[in-house]
Amino acid sequence: MVEQVRGDARPRRGAGCCHWGKPLVITENSLLPRANVPPGAHTCCWRPVLLPVLELPLAPIAGAGPAHTHSQHRSCCSHPMLALAPIVLRCQRVSGIADPHEAFVQDEDSGTDVGEGADDWAQSKATIRPPDQLDLTDAELKEEITRILTANNPHAPHNIVRFSFKEGTYKLIGFVNQLAVHYSHIGNLIPKDSDEGRRQHYQDELATGSQESARLVFSDTENLEEEEEIKEGDAEVESQIDIPAAEASEKVIEEELMTPKQPKETKLTNQFNFSERASQTVNNPLRDRECQMEPPPRANFSATANQWEIYDAYMEELEKQEKTKEKEKTKTPSDDITKVMQAAKIVERMVNQNTYDDVAQDFKYYEDAADEYRDQEGTLLPLWKFQTDKAKRLAVTALSWNPKYKDLFAVGHGSYDFMKQSRGMLLLYSMKNPSFPEYAFSSDSGIMCLDMHMDHPYLVVVGHYDGNVAIYNLKKPHSQPIFRSSAKSGKHTDPVWQSELVHTDVIKLKVEGSTLEGPEGLQLHTVGRSLSSLTSRPGRSTQAHAGCGTAFDFHREIDYMFLVGTEEGKIYKCSKSYSSQFLDTYDAHNMAVDAVSWNPYHSKVFISCSSDWTVKIWDHTVKTPMFIYDLNSAVGDVAWAPYSSTVFAAVSTNGKTHVFDLSINKYEAICNQPVVAKKKNKITHVQFNPVHPIIIVGDDRGHVTCLKLSPNLRKMPKEKKGQEVQKGPAVEIAKLDKLLNLVREVKPKT
Amino acid sequence: EVEETLKRIQSHKGVIGTMVVNAEGIPIRTTLDNSTTVQYAGLLHQLTMKARSTVRDIDPQNDLTFLRIRSKKHEIMVAPDKEYLLIVIQNPCE
Repeated sequence: MVEQVRGDARPRRGAGCCHWGKPLVITENSLLPRANVPPGAHTCCWRPVLLPVLELPLAPIAGAGPAHTHSQHRSCCSHPMLALAPIVLRCQRVSGIADPHEAFVQDEDSGTDVGEGADDWAQSKATIRPPDQLDLTDAELKEEITRILTANNPHAPHNIVRFSFKEGTYKLIGFVNQLAVHYSHIGNLIPKDSDEGRRQHYQDELATGSQESARLVFSDTENLEEEEEIKEGDAEVESQIDIPAAEASEKVIEEELMTPKQPKETKLTNQFNFSERASQTVNNPLRDRECQMEPPPRANFSATANQWEIYDAYMEELEKQEKTKEKEKTKTPSDDITKVMQAAKIVERMVNQNTYDDVAQDFKYYEDAADEYRDQEGTLLPLWKFQTDKAKRLAVTALSWNPKYKDLFAVGHGSYDFMKQSRGMLLLYSMKNPSFPEYAFSSDSGIMCLDMHMDHPYLVVVGHYDGNVAIYNLKKPHSQPIFRSSAKSGKHTDPVWQSELVHTDVIKLKVEGSTLEGPEGLQLHTVGRSLSSLTSRPGRSTQAHAGCGTAFDFHREIDYMFLVGTEEGKIYKCSKSYSSQFLDTYDAHNMAVDAVSWNPYHSKVFISCSSDWTVKIWDHTVKTPMFIYDLNSAVGDVAWAPYSSTVFAAVSTNGKTHVFDLSINKYEAICNQPVVAKKKNKITHVQFNPVHPIIIVGDDRGHVTCLKLSPNLRKMPKEKKGQEVQKGPAVEIAKLDKLLNLVREVKPKT
Repeated sequence: EVEETLKRIQSHKGVIGTMVVNAEGIPIRTTLDNSTTVQYAGLLHQLTMKARSTVRDIDPQNDLTFLRIRSKKHEIMVAPDKEYLLIVIQNPCE
């Protein structure tokens, strides 16, 4: 606001002086609210004082310009009053100096001069004199100084000339913009109704309402989708699909911008800035196709790899390889239970061992302590008793130990009763299993004799009562002999009493022969021939005896020599080479010779026994026996002990077993013991075990009893201290020789 | 023939029971009641395996022939085979 003060106009005292005494000036103070400043009001520097409006000559205001400011305060802008006539203020100068306070004048056009000021104002108020006020005379003071307020901008140019292109001249602009901006401040208020205002308001609403409508929006989308699906095939509402689809897609795209629940609210899409187009194609319906199979069966496998398992695997491989090489095609019958055979056998033995535990212990360890007290006499300790039901009625006709398996022995069953002949049995027992035979073979005819092969211990040769000779192979599971001599191959017409001859021949032949299981028929044929020749020999001899051989024995060392005992009691020494003639004859016994046996050590000595109750020991060079023993009963069998040359055992029909040791007692048995229980039981055979100190005794009831020899019976020559004990055969021979010499010496004397 | 042997064993003096167990420990034949059999079979099978393993670990060429367990009351005898196990329980009369 410019104050135009005419020179001649003086501010009056009463006209508009503030409390300071300074002339009041109407100011267009933008700070003052419009309502408080009436037009023409006098305002103080700090106190708005309303002053009466002065009359102002109105001047045409042209180009007042739009009361437009860019400030936010609206009151200032549209002050109609201010646009109008300038306010001329008559103010009284108190001090006579125009203060800069008066500088603020309304923005109005220059108008007329100042009218008369409000005198009453100045007068009513008490004035305070500032110290630097000019001192004026009263006359001066009363001078009225007219001040005129105009709305002219003092800085604005009075005349502006603009070039008009139309006319090509400079033209004077009538109206000059008088607007003077004192203060401008960029505010941050926008009108509510403007676009920006509306938009902001809208966004605010969204922000507050988004959380609430979030769920709603989802449901909305779901609904829309459902609607979509439902209306899919519907042609009528196809058009609607797009809209919700579009909306849905928009929603999908603009995650943050969610439509509120109100349906009225339209999407605020600024068409100028933002455009969105979406379309949705028909999506193919998704289909899940699954296929699940049954899981493969699972099995847990666990194994340990031990050394022996690896070894086993290798052995198996090896076996397989060998099999493929040989191309074996044997098939074993796979019966479940038969595979237990081996185990069953073992268990049976174990069971028996348990049952006969004491017996087994005795067998092994028992030594009759009483022998020490018995002077040179011994006892026989009964151990096992072997018997089978099948062979109950059959007499033991033959006993033989297996040369290889020391616990296995063969028993031949038959009958000595010549009137009643029935079947026969061949049983092989093992000492480990006394209750049941290991092998059992039955035959039609009674077995008279048997023997086992030296080299092939699985072969058993059996001589039958009907003259047949059969060979059994224990390895094969057959129960039939692998060979039987028939009429064709030189079958005997008479019972075969001793098959040893056959046996050794068989051995020999086999040794000469090529294969084990070759044409045995052929081999036996020759044997048979020799046998038959033998039996026929007696017919040819000078001595007319129709008897046949009942016993024989091959010499241990001299191959070809053998002894034959006859039914009549004679013993012939024969040689295989000389089939027609005997080498020697001994008038041994009065009755049939039951057994002859060479001494195992002494090559010259042999023993014979007969039913005439006697046992005789011979030197084959001497015609008369060395020793004669009378046993009070028919002697069934006699056998040398394998461990000593002077010990032998004889069994008699009264059930007694006699053991003799010539080195101890020449005339009497050192053991004389009834072995069999019943008196009627006759012992038929006896055999020493080659290894163990036991003997087996067979009786005519079919029982075989195993007895242990007490230490006395097994006495070895006492060793002198410091002297080495000689246990070789030479010793035995010497022992016997000594005895014989004694006897011989005696004999010539007697 | 095996049957005969087994019968003989069973009828032997002092024998309480016999059973045949296969390689997996399942009893095939038995003369005892089921629960006892199952118990014996399971326990003895393991023990036999262990015993055999022991023997063979020491010397792979060796193998277990049989196993005897003597207790106060009776004696259990186990004879292992390639595929089967034969168990006999006997009362050794002492």
